[in-house]
Amino acid sequence: MASTHILSAYDDELKYLSRRISEMGGLAEQMCSDAVRALVNSDAALAQKVISDDVILDHAEREIGDKAIVTIARRQPVAADLREIVGSLRIASDLERVGDLGKNTAKRVIAVQGTGVPRKLARGLEHLSDLALVQLKDVLDVYATRSAEKAEAIRSRDEEIDAMYTSLFRELLTYMMEDPRNITTCTHLLFCAKNIERIGDHATNIAETIYYMTTGAQPEGDRPKDDSSNTLGAITE
Amino acid sequence: MNMMSESAVEKALDQKMSDASHKMIGKDVSVYYGEKRALFDVNLNVRENTVTALIGPSGCGKSTFLRCLNRMNDTIENCRVTGKITLDADDIYDQAIDVVELRARVGMVFQKPNPFPKTIYENISYGPRIHGLSKNKADMDQIVEASLQRAGLWGEVKDRLHESGTGLSGGQQQRLCIARAIAVSPEVILMDEPCSALDPIATAKVEELIHELRANYTIVIVTHSMQQAARVSQRTAMFHLGQLVEENDTDKMFTNPDDQRTQDYIMGRFG
Repeated sequence: MASTHILSAYDDELKYLSRRISEMGGLAEQMCSDAVRALVNSDAALAQKVISDDVILDHAEREIGDKAIVTIARRQPVAADLREIVGSLRIASDLERVGDLGKNTAKRVIAVQGTGVPRKLARGLEHLSDLALVQLKDVLDVYATRSAEKAEAIRSRDEEIDAMYTSLFRELLTYMMEDPRNITTCTHLLFCAKNIERIGDHATNIAETIYYMTTGAQPEGDRPKDDSSNTLGAITE
Repeated sequence: MNMMSESAVEKALDQKMSDASHKMIGKDVSVYYGEKRALFDVNLNVRENTVTALIGPSGCGKSTFLRCLNRMNDTIENCRVTGKITLDADDIYDQAIDVVELRARVGMVFQKPNPFPKTIYENISYGPRIHGLSKNKADMDQIVEASLQRAGLWGEVKDRLHESGTGLSGGQQQRLCIARAIAVSPEVILMDEPCSALDPIATAKVEELIHELRANYTIVIVTHSMQQAARVSQRTAMFHLGQLVEENDTDKMFTNPDDQRTQDYIMGRFG
């Protein structure tokens, strides 16, 4: 935003939205990283903290929604301002979903506590979550700078997460086939992996929203997809 | 009556608009008030059956351009217009053009409602009478009723046609002025901030009227209210310092304008 509004209160309202989004982003990021850490370390206390933090995120999303509605009603925003406000609403709802995914992962910590997470799988999950969190962190940085090029670059990176998820899916299936006693744990881990993969999708959504906020156009071309787990049915040798 | 649904009518109008012929064409239009140049080589075409809104800060030349379209600037001393403006194929600044006839084809509604201090009936009948548009009383009654109907005022005034037009409320007076403009069957209606003296309800009625008139007339409206331009027009032209900055579909103009000056102006930012 190069220039300021004649009405400074209008600028304050837009800045408020932008600040709250950044705060939500920081918290969502923390929750997801804590959830995965709780999972691999079987840390129930940390998992509990993630679950209770989700309330803050839900609350923030509602506040951003209320404030955006009031701003629309009072200012009748147009052009870049309108895109900014509509974009804030979308991003807030994406971040709220990211929080839910972190919470869901945290809830499963208790279920897998008994057996623990096999070392190899834990590494896979951590790697997947590193990728997703980098994606989330980068997209939040791009939100701060509103760079359309960088937003587009992030969007094309989702591929890596999808590929990693597919390979983890394959691995979990193998574990389950090796020993049916692994099925409970592996099913939970499968959901956790899916949760993390979905975080990457939300980061991509946010990147697309930022692109739209900045340019007024939708990014061109289909978003890259490399999640082939949905066709991965029969790998019985 | 044809049985087209509302949306079908809208669609047909939009279709008509997209392959719209240009009703009026302004080419390299410049205006000077004495030494001072108010417009700089404006190229702006007005599409048929379309509401075109002219926006821009005070003194940007939008009203000046509007007044060129029916030669209202002729009435201002020292005012000189260069360039070319055509209505259909006719050059409106041609010596051979009858200005009175031109203003019947290109009607105008002003900022402040200005009914004649006469009866409602006479306000409408005056134009058709001097232009010889009616043969007898019954004919004139018909024109008066049709004009008031079209302006959405008939129901409110049909029992008091012979009372003074100045006794109406501001909003009714403005619709009376629109009815008066319609009475001479113009092709184009120019409106110079037609709602700036009206309350929101009267404004909404005039805007609804503009929306309906689009089916039969070509409308050019100057407005200071950005929201009004967004609500009533299909095309928007932005003026700044006597120049045409951008002309675009209204949808595009208010979501993603091409020019930074347009963006700053409509968003209420410092340039």
